Amino acid sequence: MCGNEAMAESAIQAGLDAYFGYPITPQNEVTAYMSQRMPEEKRVFVQSESELAAINMVFGAAATGKRTMTSSSSPGISLMQEGISYLAAAELPCVIVNVMRGGPGLGNIAPSQGDYFQSVKGGGHGDYHCIVFGPSGVQEFADIMPLAFDLADKYRIPAIILADGILGQMMEPVVIPTNSKLNTQKLKLPKKDWALTGADGRKQNIVRSLWLAEGAIEQHNYDLQAKYRQIEKNETRCEQSDVDDADIIIVAYGICARIARRAAQQAREQGIKVGSIRPITLWPFPSEPISKAADKSPIFLVVEMSCGQMVEDVRLAVAGKTPVVFWGRPGGGIPTVEKILEKIEQLTIKPKK
Amino acid sequence: MQTVFKRTPTLKDCPTHYCPGCGHGIAHRLVCEVIDELGIHGRTIGIAPVGCAVLAYDYFDVDMVEVAHGRAPAVATGMKRTNPDKIVFSYQGDGDLAAIGTAEIIHAAHRAEQLTVVFINNAVFGMTGGQMAPTTMLGQITATTPQGRQADGQGYPLNVSELLAVLPGAIYVERCGLCSPAHIRKAKAALKHAFELQINNAKGLSLVELLSPCPTYWRMTPPDAMLHIQNEMTKVFPLGRLKG
Repeated sequence: MCGNEAMAESAIQAGLDAYFGYPITPQNEVTAYMSQRMPEEKRVFVQSESELAAINMVFGAAATGKRTMTSSSSPGISLMQEGISYLAAAELPCVIVNVMRGGPGLGNIAPSQGDYFQSVKGGGHGDYHCIVFGPSGVQEFADIMPLAFDLADKYRIPAIILADGILGQMMEPVVIPTNSKLNTQKLKLPKKDWALTGADGRKQNIVRSLWLAEGAIEQHNYDLQAKYRQIEKNETRCEQSDVDDADIIIVAYGICARIARRAAQQAREQGIKVGSIRPITLWPFPSEPISKAADKSPIFLVVEMSCGQMVEDVRLAVAGKTPVVFWGRPGGGIPTVEKILEKIEQLTIKPKK
Repeated sequence: MQTVFKRTPTLKDCPTHYCPGCGHGIAHRLVCEVIDELGIHGRTIGIAPVGCAVLAYDYFDVDMVEVAHGRAPAVATGMKRTNPDKIVFSYQGDGDLAAIGTAEIIHAAHRAEQLTVVFINNAVFGMTGGQMAPTTMLGQITATTPQGRQADGQGYPLNVSELLAVLPGAIYVERCGLCSPAHIRKAKAALKHAFELQINNAKGLSLVELLSPCPTYWRMTPPDAMLHIQNEMTKVFPLGRLKG
């Protein structure tokens, strides 16, 4: 199965009630897959007239307490930013998959990681965050879906899966997480007593983001921030390897992390002590493990398929303790193991006295 | 003593924020009366627009959501598709429905979504301070048409209901005026029909457009605003059933 299909099936297994989407490359397999599978499961599939409409259909389904998602690629995700801001403000759970392509503008349809800032820093207007995952393989793309839905429900927050064109299109063997496993997780989730289900025998529920009274939106922001601190504390995820004795630590996410891991292994074979840290959640960002690793003064090499976006969060985490170097390619260029290795070798050259 | 009129339960007992002579109060009451008469209070979900009626949930005592400007028909689609047993209605002004949300309303109708839309046309953007709406009359003075709306450069009033009526997915479209007791009774009957269609699982979208007075931004007294609807607005926006 390709990543797009594996993720789609996993979402269905995770109890997805409704999918809304609009065609855009390189995520079209998702819409096509959902159009076939969702009716088979007697669930909702709607091809919307735009990404604006898709994200607002998600808003509507989420407001009634249903598990819902959309998927798109970079230009389409830009159009959804208004809706994502409203979802974050109204604290509605949902999942948004971004199979990133080259930008800015219409860009191209090649893989990219150029939407990092947009995803982890908010993206739309106002002070908010979404939980952002950066899977690095087809299996992880599938595995993350039930977790994304659960965390979205638990914290009443939109969750974004930040994938790229390679992950979406690449075929790998995959085991789809099943229903039974999920149901046990689901039981622990809070009841959606805020959902709009009709005020039958109870007081009216209102889902809103407008707070006009003096100080009300200020307080709402503080409440959101308190929730974000909880998520940072509980849900930050990353994978570390060979960090303890490393002279160089590569930080990369998504498909880049897989290429970087191979480069790190080859460097070890050459006797260069290279370790790697792979953020699995991009927000909350694994600042603490990176800060800890920085105490031993390795050089950090950040590799991205962009002109350097996550590198800013690495620099914030390292806080000047040790050098942070960036190498990457924007607009559809894919880093090779050789090129990363070359960069590693450059970093081992001692300055002449 | 016999009670001949009382506030219907779905309409909350609270002071209004609307201007004197505004049509929203009448439209709110009619919608609430219809909800109560049809016995659907416990399974109705309403959608408030961006505009003067953004706080509609302060008056309608049903489950309600407030959504981005113009997106109500998309949000309603997400709600109704996942909750076919619920009665979903959007309440939208002319800035919301006829300007920024034109795509959403046309496509909700085009997909034959089973929704009820209450469309308030007062020919002006109210909440933002009386700017030109697509529905603004030619010659009408607004904050952004200080010389009066000119067709050359500012276009003609947009008849959204007529546009929608030609779509197969729009099964009922009627325009009424909130401008006299007789007109208001007709408006209520139209709203009731629009909700009944959804209750009866009729396959498509129903919309009732209500020509509604805005004395503040029309710079008129409330009685003059009512007369303006009857004598002027209905020439551009003729009353009656356009479809169904």
